[in-house]
Amino acid sequence: MMNAWDYETEIAPGGHWSLRLRRGTEMQLTDLAGNANLGMLFYNPENLLERYNAPDTLKCQHTFKLTRGHCLYSDMGRIFASIVEDSLGWHETVCGNSRAEHVAAQWGGRDYQADRNDWHQNGHDAFLVELAKYGLGAADMAANINWFSRVATDASGNLRLLQNHSPAGSHVTLRFEMDTLVLLHACPHSLSQASAYPRSPVRIALGKADPVAEDDACLNHCEENRRGFRNNTLYHLGR
Amino acid sequence: MLTESERLPEEATCRDTVPAGDYYLGRLNAGQTLRILDIEGNQAADTLFYSADDSSERYSATDTIREQGNVYLTAGSVLRSTRNTPMLEIVADTCGRHDTLGGACASESNTVRYDLEKRCMHSCRDSWMLAIAEHPEYGIGKRDIGHNINFFMNVPVTEAGGLTFEDGISAPGKYVEMTALMDVVVLISNCPQLNNPCNGFNPTPVEVLIWDH
Repeated sequence: MMNAWDYETEIAPGGHWSLRLRRGTEMQLTDLAGNANLGMLFYNPENLLERYNAPDTLKCQHTFKLTRGHCLYSDMGRIFASIVEDSLGWHETVCGNSRAEHVAAQWGGRDYQADRNDWHQNGHDAFLVELAKYGLGAADMAANINWFSRVATDASGNLRLLQNHSPAGSHVTLRFEMDTLVLLHACPHSLSQASAYPRSPVRIALGKADPVAEDDACLNHCEENRRGFRNNTLYHLGR
Repeated sequence: MLTESERLPEEATCRDTVPAGDYYLGRLNAGQTLRILDIEGNQAADTLFYSADDSSERYSATDTIREQGNVYLTAGSVLRSTRNTPMLEIVADTCGRHDTLGGACASESNTVRYDLEKRCMHSCRDSWMLAIAEHPEYGIGKRDIGHNINFFMNVPVTEAGGLTFEDGISAPGKYVEMTALMDVVVLISNCPQLNNPCNGFNPTPVEVLIWDH
């Protein structure tokens, strides 16, 4: 992993952003104050109908959580990004986004007029804003990743969000395996029970990735990932 | 939760047998009840629901499991839409547990999961693609094909964060029944998968029954 980042920025709590990242780049996410939640979705900029697929990602790697070694798959059997580094060990991808009604019930409604940049934005609306910039809409929204958030299940399937899961400074690094349109928001997790609207900014660092080595942890995580990388190689044939 | 139904098959207004590898696409009005019957057992019925008025509003697995606080579906589960609106409620279930994490099989994901050379084997998504191509009147496109329910499928999640596809917990004659809370379109792929135990490696027909109450 290279540490000489080419671009660094911070996403404020409740903020959202989108950008196109090239194959062979890296994105490091850092939870600066602890207990951040960063929602994320991926699309193929060459074909916006190809998008992140949480079920395919989970079942082909036999996992409910996301951490180092896992690849993040599209619905077309390709890998958008690999998780090459993770200080936390568990990120979730099944709970979706906070909505206006969750945020209003927990911390009061979104009010830009009164609160300006401290308004209570929600993840669902944040994604709708970013999607619309590319001609996409609610129908294009898929189950997203919630970085820095962990949900636990018991034997009966009961689901709960672990509170205080992510210490300040937690970080995770993604290596992009194909050109990817990345949508992200730093809005609270939909199951957050925090007493105040969570306000941890997330630092984003972008740079070039080292080439995928033969002993790469993501490539070798399981036979399925080797085949996923083969599908990416086919996609890039001739380029 | 095992809950039997008092609805009688002979009183159903519609009865359709859906062979494995085929699809069912039809409307279910608010107040009507849909039963999916696992005729021979261990079958998987990959199911999506849409608002009959606006196909951009569809079943949402994330909203459903978050609002009920449980990753499995059974009697009492309210199936929610991408607007977090209740679409249907499961009112009877003799199987006990249904999956909504595992998604549908697709020829593309089959290459990753099993073998690159299995790309041409039949899959649920291909059945859905044929359904929406043959029935443009529903206004459903590829972008509307999302994260579905796998009725009768057993995908246990472990406390350590594992997830596996296991042999079905369904059996011949098991069924699940749901009442529509709004007018919906039902899209089912009766799973043709031959590579994993979701249907016991033996895809078999299901029956779809509809009552007006």
